[in-house]
Amino acid sequence: MTETKFVDIDFSRIETDRMRLNVGPQHPSTHGVLRLEVELDGEVVTNVIPHIGYLHRCFEKIAENMNYQQVIPYVDRMDYISSMNNELPYVMAVEKLMGIKVPEKVEYIRVIMAELNRIANHQIAIATFGLDAGAFTPFLYLFRDREYILWIFEKATGGRLLFNYFWVGGLANDVYPTFKEDVLNIVKQVRKTNKDIEELLIYNKIFIDRTANVGVLPADVAINYGCSGPMLRGSGIPFDLRKAEPYSIYDRFDFEIPVGKGEVGTVGDCWDRNIVRFREMEQSCRIIEQAIEQMPDSGDVQSAIPKKVRPPKGEIYFRCENPKGELGFYIISDGKDKPYRVKGRAPSFVNLSVLPEISRGYLFADLIVILGSIDIVLGEIDR
Amino acid sequence: METFNVFERLLGENILSAAISVLLPLVFLIIYALIAILGELKISAWIQERLGPMRTGPYGILQPLAEVIKLIQKEDIVPAGANKLLFNLAPYVIFAGSFAGFAVIPFTAAFVPAEINIGLFYIFAIGAFAVIGIVMGGWASNNKYSLLGAMRSASQMISYEIPGALVILSAAVLANSLDMQKITLLQAGGFWNWFLFGGPGSWSKIWIVPFTILLSIIYLIASLAETNRTPFDIPEGESELVAGYHTEYSGMKFAMFFFAEYSNMFIVAAILTVVFLGGWTSPFGDFMSGFWWGVFWFIFKAMFIVFVQIWLRWTLPRVRVDQLMYLGWKVLLPFALVCFMMISLYRIIY
Amino acid sequence: MEIGEIYNRLKEKFGESIKELIENPPSDSYINIAAENLFDICLELRDNPEFDFDYLMCLSGVDFPDTLQVVYHLYSLKKKHKVVLKVTVSKDNPKVPSIERIWRSADWHEREAYDLFGIVFEGHHNLIRILLPYDWEGHPLRKDYKEPETYHGMRVPY
Repeated sequence: MTETKFVDIDFSRIETDRMRLNVGPQHPSTHGVLRLEVELDGEVVTNVIPHIGYLHRCFEKIAENMNYQQVIPYVDRMDYISSMNNELPYVMAVEKLMGIKVPEKVEYIRVIMAELNRIANHQIAIATFGLDAGAFTPFLYLFRDREYILWIFEKATGGRLLFNYFWVGGLANDVYPTFKEDVLNIVKQVRKTNKDIEELLIYNKIFIDRTANVGVLPADVAINYGCSGPMLRGSGIPFDLRKAEPYSIYDRFDFEIPVGKGEVGTVGDCWDRNIVRFREMEQSCRIIEQAIEQMPDSGDVQSAIPKKVRPPKGEIYFRCENPKGELGFYIISDGKDKPYRVKGRAPSFVNLSVLPEISRGYLFADLIVILGSIDIVLGEIDR
Repeated sequence: METFNVFERLLGENILSAAISVLLPLVFLIIYALIAILGELKISAWIQERLGPMRTGPYGILQPLAEVIKLIQKEDIVPAGANKLLFNLAPYVIFAGSFAGFAVIPFTAAFVPAEINIGLFYIFAIGAFAVIGIVMGGWASNNKYSLLGAMRSASQMISYEIPGALVILSAAVLANSLDMQKITLLQAGGFWNWFLFGGPGSWSKIWIVPFTILLSIIYLIASLAETNRTPFDIPEGESELVAGYHTEYSGMKFAMFFFAEYSNMFIVAAILTVVFLGGWTSPFGDFMSGFWWGVFWFIFKAMFIVFVQIWLRWTLPRVRVDQLMYLGWKVLLPFALVCFMMISLYRIIY
Repeated sequence: MEIGEIYNRLKEKFGESIKELIENPPSDSYINIAAENLFDICLELRDNPEFDFDYLMCLSGVDFPDTLQVVYHLYSLKKKHKVVLKVTVSKDNPKVPSIERIWRSADWHEREAYDLFGIVFEGHHNLIRILLPYDWEGHPLRKDYKEPETYHGMRVPY
């Protein structure tokens, strides 16, 4: 009979440390200057702490020192890839406070521009999402199409990214004569490329494997975290401000709200968020087509612009459906020509805060995909 | 067709012929790497509807040269806290591993740098050398991304060597030899004699044709994983690991990694060519065969495989690390085993 | 449900904590409430199926000459109604109960309000700066904020 030997092992010494990895501020897939402090157990993410503020310009403080019209260029620079959509809630908030009714033509041009910019934004979102998953080619196809949209913006407004085009009560200038044909050509082109993208990326087996069942965001968590836009709709909630409380003239158009249905995985996974963006592009195309058809040819786009933008004393919170979610502006006016307080409720800011919740327990490679599926712009998060 | 080393015949079996036999593949490798880099740039541009580099030389054909000159000029950085010896050694280990593989590649009937009768075994064994260099470089860089990349790379290469080895084993069973020249010679006489289509023999080989085709696909996939090419480039997965195991390398050391990658691409393409596509033999029997035609066919076939690798890289997204393991162990390995068994059975029966 | 009705219902339940309803169209109407009972009021607003405010749209800090204010914009995704709550605190002791446990979206918004206004949210699990560097001094969105001369030896107005 052998003698039993007891060996003293201090098991607490065996436990290995978790690795802390700083992803960013300079990293290929943090979409800007975001720093994620990631705690890794092997390759498994156990915790994520986002550190933001690297692009902080104190927009809100600047806005308090500018008059209402001068704030618009700063609003452009919040979400710099969908500036038209940023300007819309700001100017509409001021208009509502002042009780200005803008001409029909202005409304139509605003809607067309906003929807074009929504398409451009979703193109970037899907392209960079594919890039995060390692697909490089769809990225360039989508960027090529986005370029055509930017050409229209350039012709109409003079700017490619930052427009200062929507003014309180009107537009900076009227659109150019061949605007309608150009826009309809874009719509055709977008649809054509989207067919390619659908085959090349969206229904690619590897892409589905990478994104389905990853980063599942249940509907109740999404609501509680204040997620909006494709994040919320990806979780299966058909909430779109354009339908829920139609602003501008969105009640005149016939379009659907795409939601995540869990076609290839669970409802609310990365693939669902992506497909919502993808299908929204088609809906935007439909809105643009209807708007082009109904748009009046004549009309002065500057007739309602007030001589001096000086809203009465009061406050307003106005929100619009930005491509990334609900963009709201909370404006307090004290009756002077400078706003007393402007707060921008940035959709990316709120959407990003859910990242730690949905990325725990997934692999490190998944974290990048999840981050890509949120579709953030740091200019908006840091303001 | 008789096989021999043309330099030994011309100059005798002396140091000079040996030196030429070593230097010729190196010169070939450098020229090939430049062409492959240009090919990668231009093919990716063509796939993505771009022009690619257009400024350096006519249609940008001097771009790889410009890149090499740029890399030579760059400052050589060794990160603080890195293990200097291993850090400096790693790129050369990787390159040596891949270059050593060229020793047994039969470029044509009359030229194999070193003719040994276990060439296939040797090339496979030496190919596994690269993982040592990658782990060395990844660990010595003192960078977490590099370490993660090196770890991924080690697990990935070892996993994919097993299905790859089974494919080679099946080919060896079919050819009854590990000598690359012998395997090539067996497939002479037209493309229907290639091992891709069951190898030479009577009509009874029709039974194993599906398995040999499957084996060649398995080897293509496994070779992509072994050379860390998309969709299996997770050790250097740009979007998550920045550049993986070579994050900290710059200048010529980075160029060595780059060089080794392209060299590895050619080696796996050469193995696939020799084992399944008849090596330097003409696909049309005696038509278009001969010394120079042999060189042409070999390089043409190998470059076609390299083209396929580039093509896949610019088409597919990247798989995840666990999916890669799943594919290696649960899909490729069982299929390779079944094919191996069927081919062995065929050899026993016929 | 209109804001007036919400006001009346809350007034019934919480009495003195609900101070007043201010209506001034076209600007938004809002309800002034006391800071002490904020958490319970918010919990009631979220959990009472008649209110069902499941979505916190926005949480903003505002600096008035004498006081600091926190403004809560609430929305119900199911019932599609809104309410605006305002809590006023003094500048000497700017303490507001945190509602982060009710709506998680308040987490970052409260950190932002703390960062830029210096409003302390009691009960917040991680009340640290979010937009500014962690060692920044002062709260820039206050009207009396003066830019520091230097930060870590670097001149600030560069």
